Amino acid sequence: MQSGRLPEEPQGPLTVGVGPYRLALRRLLRNKIALAFAVLFALLVIVCLLAPVYSHDVAHIGPNTTNVTGTITVNGHVEDVVSASGVPIGPTGTRHYLFGADEEGRDLAVRLLYGGRTSLLIGAVATSIIIIFGTLMGLLAGYNRFADAVLRPIMQLIWSFPPVILGVAVGTALALGGIGPVKGNSVFIPAFIIGVIYIPYLGFPVRGEVLRLRELDFVDAARVQGMSPWRIMLSEILPNTASTIIVFVPMMLAYSILLEAYLSFLGAGVQPPNASWGTLISDGIDYIQTVPTFALIPGAMLVLTVLSINVLGDGVRDALDPRAQVRIKT
Amino acid sequence: MARFVVRRTLSAIALLFATSVVVFGIFEVIPSYNPARAIAGRNASEATVQQVSRKFGFDKPFYDQYANTMKLIFTGQIIDYQDDLNVVQQFAQKFPVTLSLVIPAGLLWFITATILGSLSALRAGRLADRALMVVAILGVSIPVFLLAAVLLYLLAFKWTIFPNTGYTSFAANPLQWAYHLVLPWFSIAVLSVGFYSRVLRSNLLDTVNEDFVRTARAKGLRQRHVFMRHVLRNSLMPVVTMFGLDFATLLGGATLVTETIFNLPGIGQYEAEAIGNLDVPPILVGSIFTAFFVVLFSGFVDVLHAALDPRVRLSG
Repeated sequence: MQSGRLPEEPQGPLTVGVGPYRLALRRLLRNKIALAFAVLFALLVIVCLLAPVYSHDVAHIGPNTTNVTGTITVNGHVEDVVSASGVPIGPTGTRHYLFGADEEGRDLAVRLLYGGRTSLLIGAVATSIIIIFGTLMGLLAGYNRFADAVLRPIMQLIWSFPPVILGVAVGTALALGGIGPVKGNSVFIPAFIIGVIYIPYLGFPVRGEVLRLRELDFVDAARVQGMSPWRIMLSEILPNTASTIIVFVPMMLAYSILLEAYLSFLGAGVQPPNASWGTLISDGIDYIQTVPTFALIPGAMLVLTVLSINVLGDGVRDALDPRAQVRIKT
Repeated sequence: MARFVVRRTLSAIALLFATSVVVFGIFEVIPSYNPARAIAGRNASEATVQQVSRKFGFDKPFYDQYANTMKLIFTGQIIDYQDDLNVVQQFAQKFPVTLSLVIPAGLLWFITATILGSLSALRAGRLADRALMVVAILGVSIPVFLLAAVLLYLLAFKWTIFPNTGYTSFAANPLQWAYHLVLPWFSIAVLSVGFYSRVLRSNLLDTVNEDFVRTARAKGLRQRHVFMRHVLRNSLMPVVTMFGLDFATLLGGATLVTETIFNLPGIGQYEAEAIGNLDVPPILVGSIFTAFFVVLFSGFVDVLHAALDPRVRLSG
């Protein structure tokens, strides 16, 4: 991705070879490990999206339906869903309570899928916020000195807090009152908080890139042609920062899903009765001695998802920058 | 050097000020949060709530409350809303626990990462190197509370090799102290080791190709000497920078998850409880504490850079 890249216009028989993105795609498709994990990630997403189908047609129970006093027949024995001492049942291997129940007799498998939807949704919304505002702030701060004087201290302030501490403080606060029309238990509150916290993680690298790019000749050429600053930023500089931004998409998605789990674990993320993988692990840890699967199954789903995003992200970075040293296959 | 110190101190004060305003502001702008009601309890009468409000000064304007709170913090008289305990004293009392958690964990993490990173750079492309990649990518994919829960389940409950949870002070019994802290140290260190050693590895591989390394070899220095004195010394710097900031946030209570799971009565657990109760003073003191360490350590790191690398000069 050299600075002097020509506009992508059909150039007839003169064009030889392929563009940098097509090359990157080819490299990515050759990376078998990254592809395998991409398939795994796609499967996980599809399974979570099918949550309502599973809930309605297989388990016949809603994600928030409690059943504290109910019983279930496993291998011909009748067992309590939640025992008299309050310990939920473990995995049954039947269509009802496949992975067991939680402390209120809700079906863990159903909640696992709905929780996955929540975790993925929060990850996606947060990542969109990071990409849109991180890029915008990075562009403005890098290109305009006055914007930089305003935006840089703001980003630095967010940056100087450890994400978990800032997220938990804001999350607890907003969970009480909500913001404006958004209710306190909406899943968009943690998504919004996580998005804002990670804006500098993209904003600073983009800013650095823009600082370098704006000194180059093609930007001068655009300025001499009389292009407006916005047009220079959006149609000259932005396309040149694209590979940096693309690398950050999977990384930020993984970070967001993990931070959601941390916040939910500390009670500052997704609020009841909604579930997410973080809240399920948090509920399950109370029963780690008696029903270890309660915490470990959502934990495994979370780790598999984040792991597959990370491996895929690594593949994307290698494909875009073949000289990068950190990669899976050396 | 003098200019460096002055400038750093000024920007530190600015950052501490901004941090405290932000944290204070977060709780001030929440529409439905009334600290006086939180303190007085759900069933308190309106008169009691107003009395509490007056006692803590919640009826005053924002800047008055802020100034008053900051004055109380810096004179060490701030008390928390929940139990009327002196927050600064609580921090002083709980900090040794966090130190015994963080310092050995930090050493374990930094030394292991240096050794693993060097080994994998020297054996780039071989099995050990690839294994490290897997460890690194797993490390950034597992949340520390899940790892801690699994370790507790396997090593403390199922096989009872390690004690359940809790803390014994070093002064009381050094052996028990270490025995209780092995799992927490490991939980904190292991997830970061992979990432740190990968960063070190890629720096080492970049540095090996530098001219000064070729010069060192050409003048006949031993391989060992070239690696330790020239290659490693140059490559460690970005890792030291990362470590300085990560370590600073750990000191400031970023261990809140680990301390909660292993039931260690340090400042992290105190902050986690305060956050759960929306108890503003400990959260405020904790944030300022963290910001203080972040500023302090980023200063340390810069001085260390100048010491390690003669090309770096401390200028304003």
